[in-house]
Amino acid sequence: MSSAAASTDASPIATALPEGKDAKAFHRLVFVIIAALLVVLPFILYPVFLMKVLCFALFALAFNLLLGYGGLLSFGHAAYFGMASYVSAYAAKVWGLTPELAIIAGTLVAALLGLVFGALAIRRQGIYFSMITLALAQMVFFFSLQAKFTGGEDGIQAVPRGHLFGVISLADDRVLYALVALIFFAGLLLIYRIIHSPFGQVLKAIRDNEPRAISLGYRANQYKLAVFVLSTTLAGLAGATKAIVFQLASLTDVHWSMSGEVVLMTLVGGMGTVFGPILGSFVIIAMENYLAQFGAWVTIIQGVVFVVCVLLFREGILGLVARTLKRPL
Amino acid sequence: MRTRVLLTALAMGLGLSLAPDVAALAQAPAKVAPAKIEPAKVAPVKIGVLNDRSGVYADISGEGSVVAARMAVEDFRPRARDLVVEVVAGDHQNKPTVGAALARAWYDREGVDAIFDVPTSSVALAVHEVTRERNKVFVDSGAGTADLTGPQCSPNTVHWTFDTVALANGTGGAMVKRGGDTWFFVTADYAFGEAVQRDTTALILRHGGQVLGSIKTPFPASDFAPALRQAQASGAKVIGLANAGGDTIGAVREAARLRLTEGGQALAGLLIFSSDIHSLTPRVAQGLVLTEPFYWDLNDATRTFSDRFARLFGGRKPTAAQAGVYAGVLHYLKAVADLRSAQDGGRVVARMKELPTDDPLFGKGVIRADGRKIHDMYLFEVKKPAESRGEWDLYKTLATIPGSEAFRPLDQGGCPLVVKAAQAEGGRP
Repeated sequence: MSSAAASTDASPIATALPEGKDAKAFHRLVFVIIAALLVVLPFILYPVFLMKVLCFALFALAFNLLLGYGGLLSFGHAAYFGMASYVSAYAAKVWGLTPELAIIAGTLVAALLGLVFGALAIRRQGIYFSMITLALAQMVFFFSLQAKFTGGEDGIQAVPRGHLFGVISLADDRVLYALVALIFFAGLLLIYRIIHSPFGQVLKAIRDNEPRAISLGYRANQYKLAVFVLSTTLAGLAGATKAIVFQLASLTDVHWSMSGEVVLMTLVGGMGTVFGPILGSFVIIAMENYLAQFGAWVTIIQGVVFVVCVLLFREGILGLVARTLKRPL
Repeated sequence: MRTRVLLTALAMGLGLSLAPDVAALAQAPAKVAPAKIEPAKVAPVKIGVLNDRSGVYADISGEGSVVAARMAVEDFRPRARDLVVEVVAGDHQNKPTVGAALARAWYDREGVDAIFDVPTSSVALAVHEVTRERNKVFVDSGAGTADLTGPQCSPNTVHWTFDTVALANGTGGAMVKRGGDTWFFVTADYAFGEAVQRDTTALILRHGGQVLGSIKTPFPASDFAPALRQAQASGAKVIGLANAGGDTIGAVREAARLRLTEGGQALAGLLIFSSDIHSLTPRVAQGLVLTEPFYWDLNDATRTFSDRFARLFGGRKPTAAQAGVYAGVLHYLKAVADLRSAQDGGRVVARMKELPTDDPLFGKGVIRADGRKIHDMYLFEVKKPAESRGEWDLYKTLATIPGSEAFRPLDQGGCPLVVKAAQAEGGRP
């Protein structure tokens, strides 16, 4: 009956825990900790690595909004992430836009793309939904490979970081880090707000039992489309920011393996938990960066981590923590 | 309730602050050859070999390039005993962001002075930009893009081994001279394939040849039979494969099945390397014509080097990219020893361009103002199984393309450094 929820197995994990009175206070504490870490970490860790983690964390958060709270498993989220990074890189390099405008341009394109693709994809449920998103994302990949403006397999390189609002130079990694941290935190707050709004409640109702939600008078498809577009927009924001950070946009970002990577991050961190994807992307990116010298072993280690994760704690690292603490995270 | 909240916060804080420590522990890159010698007068030099160690280019570059770099450090030691050189290695997984992030971390945090190898054009271009920004040294050996020495050329980059223009030049130009004057292209349908076809076509026409037609194959393609049958039917003397990696290998296999070369047509690979031929074996690849700047069995010097290399690296002979890493490291160290410092990357590269290059693998050569290293290229044909006397006996040399003709002319690359160099030349009394 609840076809979408059942077939993508996005059954509620976080919601099984009661959202107690002190949940809000607890979440506030978590936000304070995250903010504190955002301030402290660049002094301990390498800022460029952190910026990469933050971009991917935002991407995973956006994906989790769709999967964990909308119950929709999109296999093509790289399309929005990658296309936004292309547009942002192109706007900054060729049109000479300031970084904030370039990022906004990329984000808007991802939103538009999400609107078109979402309108098509949400007509089907479960695995069919996933396959449609994958197919559309592959079309975006081939478009990126062929189109003139993307630079084919070389990508768009040497994108200037430019001056924020035309004034503040972003050449210094620390200044850029502040901007990325700010974007990330704003994205996180927005997602938290969406999840805990009445809109978010309806979304969860649709995820858990769509026919019942429809019988209660909710237009399920409109809600699904809305959350799809929100998710692609935020994924686009992450991709557009990443293009400015690394000063390049390439095929890697639109490739289907990127769609897979974001699923991995979300599942490892904890699908359906608010903060899980942040932890998940930290783990995956750290493995990718710091295990680089093991060569082929990186993929194998990632695979083992994934299998262990699914076998031992299906709800992800933070899902496990949340269950132990008996608090939704 | 309150204590539990505090405990949780503490646990989370601890967990998260431990994570970076663990990460930092894992951060120390593979220390490959801490070649510690006597107390140094020159500050120690650290070089990074950044390449694909797990994907499609792992055979062409990979660990073999690190072995080559280590050999170069060893061979240079007698010349400057006070120079301490350390080699580190990393895997860019063919992803530009991973490569750029690793290059940045190496330059900023690990004190790496120069990066070598870097196959995959998109990653090479990314490292090229980071190196320019940080004023370090980038000696590329594994990537094909001629853009490194084109309009985006950098005073911090040397492109050592080959580029797509030189490969097209060799295979296109030299084949026509040898009588292969009618061509048919099997082209991968993306920017790289089109660029290779365009460059090669220009050369064929310039040498008086003719292109009878071309067919595009999807990228990546799984079935080359229809395209190759059409090529076979065209009657062209040469069938050019304007593709790379798995596509080229697939096309060569299919051509062997269709017995293309036995019908009198030549098959020309425009981006394929000795490690690919080795894994394809001469039985499948026989008759394939290709251009490379290096082959282990060229002369006594390359044979001596390759035997030594094979002993260190499980019996494998070096590829052109690995040979380029050896020669590049050797020349880089020469420039550093000459300057007594590796600090200023721009100055080191400028000195590398001033000093003539001379190494056992590529012979005597120069590095041009645009960063292009000049040496001879060779047109090879893959031997028939009957002619091949061993696992690594792969090629016979058809022609030698002199360095002066092999690469894109200096004034056609559009590199701003060339104009500057010319002005400086003209400004001199």
